[in-house]
Amino acid sequence: MTTLAGDTRAARPIPEIPPFLALGLRLAPSAPAGRILSEVARRILNRHPRLIERLGPYRQSRFALMATDVPISFLLDLGKDPVCVSLHAAPPEADARISGKLAALIGLVHCVWDGDALFFSRDLTIEGDTSAALALRNAIDDAELDIGAEIARLTGPLAGPAARIISLAEGLTGVPLTRTEAVR
Amino acid sequence: MMELVCPAGTPASLRAAVDAGAHTVYCGFADDTNARNFPGLNFSRPEMAEGIAYAHARGARVLVAINTFPRAGDEATWHRAVADASTAGADAVILADLGLIAHAAEAHPGLRLHLSVQAAAANADMINFYAATFGVKRVVLPRVLSVQEIAAINREIDVESEVFVFGGLCVMTEGRCSLSSYITGRSPNMNGVCSPASHVTYTEEDDELAARLGGYTIHRSAKSEAAPYPTLCKGCFKVGPRTGYVFEDPASLDASELLPALAKAGVCALKIEGRQRSRAYVAQVVRNFRNAVEALEAGQPMPAGMLAGLTEGQSATAGAYNKIWR
Repeated sequence: MTTLAGDTRAARPIPEIPPFLALGLRLAPSAPAGRILSEVARRILNRHPRLIERLGPYRQSRFALMATDVPISFLLDLGKDPVCVSLHAAPPEADARISGKLAALIGLVHCVWDGDALFFSRDLTIEGDTSAALALRNAIDDAELDIGAEIARLTGPLAGPAARIISLAEGLTGVPLTRTEAVR
Repeated sequence: MMELVCPAGTPASLRAAVDAGAHTVYCGFADDTNARNFPGLNFSRPEMAEGIAYAHARGARVLVAINTFPRAGDEATWHRAVADASTAGADAVILADLGLIAHAAEAHPGLRLHLSVQAAAANADMINFYAATFGVKRVVLPRVLSVQEIAAINREIDVESEVFVFGGLCVMTEGRCSLSSYITGRSPNMNGVCSPASHVTYTEEDDELAARLGGYTIHRSAKSEAAPYPTLCKGCFKVGPRTGYVFEDPASLDASELLPALAKAGVCALKIEGRQRSRAYVAQVVRNFRNAVEALEAGQPMPAGMLAGLTEGQSATAGAYNKIWR
């Protein structure tokens, strides 16, 4: 595993979601969670049009993100209009499948860890269309996303308190829920 | 201070490299004119202009790699790339093809020319020819030379020399390797891709990760083993009764401890490989090597072993610089 110099979160091993929290996530209603994540994905794509441009021929692909420490898989379906994220108990059909601990998957988005290094260390697995997975990784890396900030913005006037709750959750779980400022 | 030449596959990586202390950043257009033509990577024309402006505003330079070999009948694509790099304000273009270098020297006399590693210029006669004929100002030396050989070359040339010090290690004569073409029909030389992702599959089989290129299994990694890039030159094959790495082990170059020797050999610029890597990699490697060149300048010992986790196969080598592998 590799870490990013300057980001204290990266100096720690990739955290595993505690079993009780994993069970809680499993029991949470998937439809509302999917609606929230879909809205986050749409907002991100609206704010970062170059992300879609970078995907090139894969701009309508379906990506399964499979967290190995949580019994949930996420399906990002770019072919749907509007773009849709859904939660699944079993791995869904997709063009490309990317597996790893939930923290690793989120940490990749936030530039805490390098994707190739996670692949070398076997913390990340890619199956299916390798080109599509690579295009997604590169497009997201360039977009400098912050999922935590996007979720906080969804709450409108409560964005400030929501950001603090997300920060607290990051501290408790070790999952890098926000973008690192060590890389700009 | 030795110049640090750092990779950027995206505008965000370019900014990360500059902010982390890169003296110079190299990057390419999003097409097959450069040797890292990977999905989702590289720069549009407007992104290149913006990236160069960002770097210049912070005192850093940008080199544009146009280092594949033009296809017969489609030379205009490569000519346009050189013209667009010049218009965007590139500090130099990195070229490999003799015809393209001749074109650039004639059509853009004010544009600084660097000779790409893809040109495989591995002796003083060849480098001096490029310098005398086309005005090439810098050569990126192939990764097949020892430090002693680099010193010998530098004694006989008048242009600057740049060498790779970290990242993916190509062990072949660069610009002339056909291994990827043999399996996939696509090569770094003509298409800008070695082992293109479109021909790579990974599957978990019997607790092993099987990596296939063009349908051929080239590596199997047990759960406890580090995984390599799916390149033939670092594949694990059965040859007679033996199973092993026929060409080279999957390892990355790390010449950080050789910086004093390279400086003494007359090298002026140090290149970090990895335009296909994330900005997390770029920021970390650049920061570490900036510290290293500053330590060198101050006469302090080289920091070592800082970047092991970023290396292919989680393993590093000084490659040909020490020439223990020949």
